[in-house]
Amino acid sequence: MAISDVKEYTHLTEDEVEQIGRELDQIRADIEESRGDSDAAYINRLIKIQRGLAAAGRVTLLVGTQFKETRKPAWVLGAGLLGLHKILENMEIGHNVMHGQWDWMNDPEIHSSNWEWDTAQPAEQWKHSHNYIHHQFTNVLGYDNDIGYGVLRMAREQKWSPYNLGQPIYNSLLATLFEWGVALHDLDIERIRKGEKDPKEMKRQLKQIFKKGRNQVLKDYVVYPALAGKQWKTVLTANVAANITRNLWSYMIIFCGHFPDGAVHFTEEEIENETRAEWYLRQILGSANFEGGRLLHILSGSLGFQIEHHIFPDLPSNRYPEISEKVQALTAKYDIPYTTGPLHRQYGQALRTIMKLSLPNSWTSSDQPDPPTPPRDRKRRGDDERPSRRTELGGWSRSSSKARG
Amino acid sequence: MASTIPWERVRRSASKLTTPLHPDDYLRLVNPLWSSRELRGRIEEVIPETEDAATLVIKPGWGWRYNHKPGQYVGIGIQVNGKFQWRSYSVSSPPERRRGTITITVRAMPEGKLSSHLVNGLAAGTIVRLALPEGDFVLPDPPPQRMLFLVGGSGVTPVMAMLRTLDRRGSMPDVVMHYSSPTEDRMIFRDELDHLEQKHEGLTLHRLQTDVDGMLDLADLDEICPDWRERETYACGPGPMLDAITEYYEANDLEEHLHLERFSLELGGEGGEGGTITFQNSGKTVEADGATTVLEAGEEAGVGMPYGCRMGICHTCTLTLIKGKVRDLRNGDEYDSPNEPVQTCVTAAVGDCTLDI
Repeated sequence: MAISDVKEYTHLTEDEVEQIGRELDQIRADIEESRGDSDAAYINRLIKIQRGLAAAGRVTLLVGTQFKETRKPAWVLGAGLLGLHKILENMEIGHNVMHGQWDWMNDPEIHSSNWEWDTAQPAEQWKHSHNYIHHQFTNVLGYDNDIGYGVLRMAREQKWSPYNLGQPIYNSLLATLFEWGVALHDLDIERIRKGEKDPKEMKRQLKQIFKKGRNQVLKDYVVYPALAGKQWKTVLTANVAANITRNLWSYMIIFCGHFPDGAVHFTEEEIENETRAEWYLRQILGSANFEGGRLLHILSGSLGFQIEHHIFPDLPSNRYPEISEKVQALTAKYDIPYTTGPLHRQYGQALRTIMKLSLPNSWTSSDQPDPPTPPRDRKRRGDDERPSRRTELGGWSRSSSKARG
Repeated sequence: MASTIPWERVRRSASKLTTPLHPDDYLRLVNPLWSSRELRGRIEEVIPETEDAATLVIKPGWGWRYNHKPGQYVGIGIQVNGKFQWRSYSVSSPPERRRGTITITVRAMPEGKLSSHLVNGLAAGTIVRLALPEGDFVLPDPPPQRMLFLVGGSGVTPVMAMLRTLDRRGSMPDVVMHYSSPTEDRMIFRDELDHLEQKHEGLTLHRLQTDVDGMLDLADLDEICPDWRERETYACGPGPMLDAITEYYEANDLEEHLHLERFSLELGGEGGEGGTITFQNSGKTVEADGATTVLEAGEEAGVGMPYGCRMGICHTCTLTLIKGKVRDLRNGDEYDSPNEPVQTCVTAAVGDCTLDI
């Protein structure tokens, strides 16, 4: 069931919710206060590594493919390096820079206002569809276009139609061509279909996408292969492989953000007069983390900390691990569900939902967990707090201070 | 030679390989100076001048043209605690491409953390950001036949660039310089000035130790430099000193012959009308009056605005104006073309406008 009131759902009073809001504000203030050299060094080092990987990948492919003995290993190594570069650039660097996580450094070369990423979608459209729409209206049915991206049915509240029977196929296509799916996302194809889209705006966006996409295609599929001369085919296929690797990986990570079982949906009643503290709660309830080591988290753009990312989208991603400890302590204290699990389980749940929701609701059962139970207070009661229920249990009286014996 | 290769064209073609980045974004990882995306410089040497002042020798990276006019200042941005902080300092070296470096001279201000850091905490090899030279306090070409420099403290730096230029050209006109400093020890460039005075007939120096002899009384000018009324005067120093000089010259109807350098932003232009400023990407809006800069308004609205010198020098704060109109508070110039880059730290809204951030 979609939630219409986070307070009611979590059995928290208004005061408690506001208190949680203040505690989260404090976590933010502490991090903002302590941002400094080591954070700046982190993002600069990461950018250096990522650009190094890009250069190494291109050179490996251009040079290594020229000799028969090295051709195969160069293809594998080059495609791997390039894929890794694109994953790092899109996820831990691009996505986070465009959220403004590094704007505080006041460095125009690492700033949300002018960052352009190595993928087909123009940064400007991403910042609208993602930062503005998705992060503000997270998981609110009818408001957040990221619930299924207009392609998949991902909530039981969304109306089923025979079109949805094809979900397994649409899903594999989306995963493979993810870059292009994302590129078209801000166009909002559903609104175009319904004729609600301003044609002037649509033309402007299409032009932008065309220009960005053309440059990407030229680079990976024309210019670099051409530079390899006779070996153009080897370089071309390696570049395709690198792009598809990045597509599959980022698709999987992103599907673990809001589609595992614990992440719930909301109705539009929830966002009426929603306070900042309630917004925080909605972000916690609507997002799902996954567990893993430092390297996995960096490769997934710190989206394993999806919950922390949604509460503080503009705090530097390298600080999410420490923020996460504080947030988990807070959710435990107030008995708020905090969804997490190993990556394979989280993705497995998302995939199961895609499959199940390709069918009408009546054919399948919901996997959403039960809402939190009302708070039980577990302390042991004193006698004055335990009213008598029965009298036939045998008498009892306090002995004098000196026990007989 | 290198100049025959059309570097701009080469870089433009290479960007097909690096899109959406520029080739410079990769090259700067090889050598930090190989980028013209943001002007950079490397600190080659920090030369102590007095106990609280030092000269920084900076090797600028790509994109620097060595065409500053003697007397102009540059913006310098250094990363302190992860964050770029900007200040402006006069270039004290004459404009010469051959040297491959520029120098600025900085005095550590008692409350100025950044200036202290520049004087005491900067190691050779540090990469800094630079902003192009600016300023109207410059030596005219050709220089006036008779000049008077009124200098206080570290205000000597732009004047030094002018004197060095005149010295290098070997054409020192009739120059009188009055240089106030708290003590002799704190007098920046005193040895070099002694040397210049000996070398050039035309140059006369008056030194004043204000800790001992008190401030310059402008009425004494008649004695120090009897023909001061017939000279072009260039004054640089602390605010109160410049205020006194301005007043004195106005009283003598000579303000046309007075040229000043102040190191603070003067928003003399007329304010805008104000309006609602919309920050497109963050979805935030704010009402701003005509005296509030777009930068201040954005910060108030909680937008992570980029900023640098906050006085219209370094262009770090430049954003794209999507629609609407803003007015430059320094001179009243208006900008209203769609998608025009505007400096947010010196402009205010004229009616409603939208910015791309």
